[in-house]
Amino acid sequence: MLESSLVELSAQLAARQCSSVELTQYFLDRIDALNPRLNAVITLDAERSLAGARQADARIAAGQAQPLTGIPLLHKDIFCAQGWRTTCASRMLANFVSPYDAHVIAQFDAAGTVNLGKTNMDEFAMGSSNETSWFGPVRNPWNADFVPGGSSGGSAAAVAARLVPAATGTDTGGSIRQPAAMCGVSGLKPTYGMVSRYGMIAFASSLDQAGPLAKSAHDLALMLNVMTGFDPRDSTSLERPSEDYTRELERPLTGLRIGLPKEFFADGVQADVARAIDAAIAEYRRLGAQTLEVSLPNMALSIPVYYVLAPAEASSNLARYDGVRYGYRAAEFSDLGAMYERTRAEGFGAEVRRRIMIGTYVLSHGYYDAYYIKAQKIRRLIAADFARAFSQCDVILGPTSPTTAFALGSRTADPIEMYLCDIYTIAVNLAGLPGVSIPAGFDAARLPVGLQLIGDYFSEARLLNVAHQYQRVTDWHRCSPPMSQD
Amino acid sequence: MQWETVVGLEVHVQLSTRSKIFSGASTAFGAEPNTQACEIDVALPGVLPVLNAAAVEKAVRFGLAVGATIERRSVFARKNYFYPDLPKGYQISQYELPIVQGGSVEILLADGVKSIRLTRAHLEEDAGKSLHEDFHGMSGIDLNRAGTPLLEVVSEPEMRGSAEAVVYAKTLHALVRWLGICDGNMQEGSFRMDANVSVRPVGEKPLGTRCEIKNLNSFRFLERAIEFEVARQIGVLQDGGRIRQETRLYDPDRDETRPMRSKEDAHDYRYFPDPDLLPLELAEDFLATIAAQMPELPVAKRERFVNQCALSVYDANLLTASRELADYFEQAAAGASGQLPKLIANWVTGALSARLNDEGIAIERARVSPQQLRGLVERIVDGAISGKTAREVFDAMWAGEGDADSIIERRGLRQISDAGALERIATEVIAANPQQAADYRAGKTKAFNSLVGQVMKATRGQANPQQAADVLRKQLAP
Repeated sequence: MLESSLVELSAQLAARQCSSVELTQYFLDRIDALNPRLNAVITLDAERSLAGARQADARIAAGQAQPLTGIPLLHKDIFCAQGWRTTCASRMLANFVSPYDAHVIAQFDAAGTVNLGKTNMDEFAMGSSNETSWFGPVRNPWNADFVPGGSSGGSAAAVAARLVPAATGTDTGGSIRQPAAMCGVSGLKPTYGMVSRYGMIAFASSLDQAGPLAKSAHDLALMLNVMTGFDPRDSTSLERPSEDYTRELERPLTGLRIGLPKEFFADGVQADVARAIDAAIAEYRRLGAQTLEVSLPNMALSIPVYYVLAPAEASSNLARYDGVRYGYRAAEFSDLGAMYERTRAEGFGAEVRRRIMIGTYVLSHGYYDAYYIKAQKIRRLIAADFARAFSQCDVILGPTSPTTAFALGSRTADPIEMYLCDIYTIAVNLAGLPGVSIPAGFDAARLPVGLQLIGDYFSEARLLNVAHQYQRVTDWHRCSPPMSQD
Repeated sequence: MQWETVVGLEVHVQLSTRSKIFSGASTAFGAEPNTQACEIDVALPGVLPVLNAAAVEKAVRFGLAVGATIERRSVFARKNYFYPDLPKGYQISQYELPIVQGGSVEILLADGVKSIRLTRAHLEEDAGKSLHEDFHGMSGIDLNRAGTPLLEVVSEPEMRGSAEAVVYAKTLHALVRWLGICDGNMQEGSFRMDANVSVRPVGEKPLGTRCEIKNLNSFRFLERAIEFEVARQIGVLQDGGRIRQETRLYDPDRDETRPMRSKEDAHDYRYFPDPDLLPLELAEDFLATIAAQMPELPVAKRERFVNQCALSVYDANLLTASRELADYFEQAAAGASGQLPKLIANWVTGALSARLNDEGIAIERARVSPQQLRGLVERIVDGAISGKTAREVFDAMWAGEGDADSIIERRGLRQISDAGALERIATEVIAANPQQAADYRAGKTKAFNSLVGQVMKATRGQANPQQAADVLRKQLAP
């Protein structure tokens, strides 16, 4: 069960080799044993999970199982789940129990999966190391003194440590792909609009997208099958014919054109990372793909553009956290203004406050044109760069992150240093394209290296095919951290 | 120094959709606090807005009615500020690209028609309500109203005084009710006005500094607030001072305007396009359907009443005060010609309206149908009953006794116009009153009236008085 894929678990459940209750209890026990070392999971409700498992077993017995029925999953604590504490890893929502389900949660419910609990994350999804959480940092299962990446650090660590077969995350500037890379698991951000954002606590509305983390591309495809689909409650949700994302997994890669952006292979990449990616490129060539150099000339601007637009949207999205209707409210204040100021100063952590200030600034009178509008224009140029590249290639390949995981506390002094973690992932969100990160090796300290594949809009099936073919001939995705064997 | 008053109005029109502009919660007035605010209206974490097409349709109807440009592409923008009745910490509104641009409203003044141009009209959501009484040093927040659709109609500063402003406001009020886009209930806050007021010396072109008086919810308050503000501003300027641009509130108890706390003036709303909503793109067939279903507008109907029904402008104006009243009149006067329409109009604006007022009911609940009224007036015109009797018949119809003909029949109210019968009765009356007859022949007209009275008495009031007089006159002639 520890290493079983979703497909294998599904078969085991169908064959009655195990029950959903057994599976759920098994992973609850693992969380009990290992989570104290990782702090990946922040909310559990064993009774509720087991009740869900019993329902799943009944469905299986009645012959009404769907592919993922009975399988326990962890959800990033950014998804509102009815009756569950949903905190976004913030003091502001530390005691907020959601009265409704996010669309994604409802879809997993309908598919018969078991909600095993909520994972830790960077506060309000703002971070690249899972060090900004009100509930304390998450530790990388490969080395407890190192960060797991962020903001979906809890989900990535949990999957890596085999606390759960798969989990959900969200990705605004790399927050699924980068922690997947740092924890040695697979993670996918779909095309913007493919997964409903209803019930997903908003950070940057035009960039946020939910996606799966799992041990393989095949598992990602199964998760994606459940997560995608039009939701009329999200005005940015796309209505498209439904797809089976596993349909192209076995397609041979002969003739595949892989674009290698020269901007992804410049200075600044850790040597071990570069080596692992080079080896992966060689592997792809053996599988029949051709590689060619492409260019994304405006790539370097993606970080400043992102750090103007995302905070701008966040400053507005987080205005509702004011202590009036729910959530944290300061204990002492003399009037309304003081209530707002103290509630938000005390309820939000430093990184969140920093981004709200930046966002407010770039939207303010006199600066809006120079910052916000300018950034939106450059965003179009970045998207155009990708469009041009995709006229020459089918997928783009590069490292997910310039470095492997870094030590806890080593980048918190300079926010800019932290922001540079996302140099290869951010542009993908700005363009709204799909991207996946898969394990591609280790550095000398046995910390995972992640490989990123970027596809054109709506090419998730092809992207997963390209990832899956690599995983058929390599073993990186099957490696698990030593502590997971404890 | 002669001063000219310059007024522009911004009116918040609550659109009468069943549910809110961005959520499915009900917009019905009067519910218990916070029972009509769903998770979207309360701005829980993770919720998203979805545009209510009915609100768009009503906005387009307004734009077409005022001859404005309907923008095929408009954008929703966030207006960011903190206040407890604004759950998201921003209001979804429209800023740079509103759905309606330009247009004009014709107002009827004593000295003729004036056209007031509109700057724009845009869609936005209403905030909740803050209630300050009953809470001992705190404020109660009721979010039932949060998310109700508003159409903010902005006029150019073309009104020259409180009177014109009131006429404009009343015209706009009647129009939005006419179009069926707003119930116009001002006590319930369905129609709220902000007045931008400035003064300048007569003959000067540049506008003076204006002050905005917010949240006026009656025409009376609108008039009083503008008057006070104009006097205040003139006073300041005559003393050599300058007007400070500020937002003010009207206090009806003291009949004065006062500045709102200055914090509210310093707002930078940091408008930006709402990333949760797509730009609103209107298809041509959507617009064509709305255009095809537009009702005949008050101005056009007035003109038609004057031209086709020979009504006075005054009467036509009265009858087009509301669509329901105009519809009633049109049904009653359908196919009528000659003096009939004018008479019907008199009955509608006279006896019928008086009854509706007395009983405090709307014309839709009138107990005399248009067809019944028509029947009554026809009997007056064809002489079957006198004007006086008609009143009795009307009252009987109102009481539910049936229509005019059956009441006239049952109560025997038919005027006697039968010449033969009248001749006979006149002869009898003259014979029975020889003194009055002689007085009349001698030139005393009073005696004649008495004879007519006798004929009326002999016929129990059912003689056609005009005819009775004619017959008597003929018989008394030498």
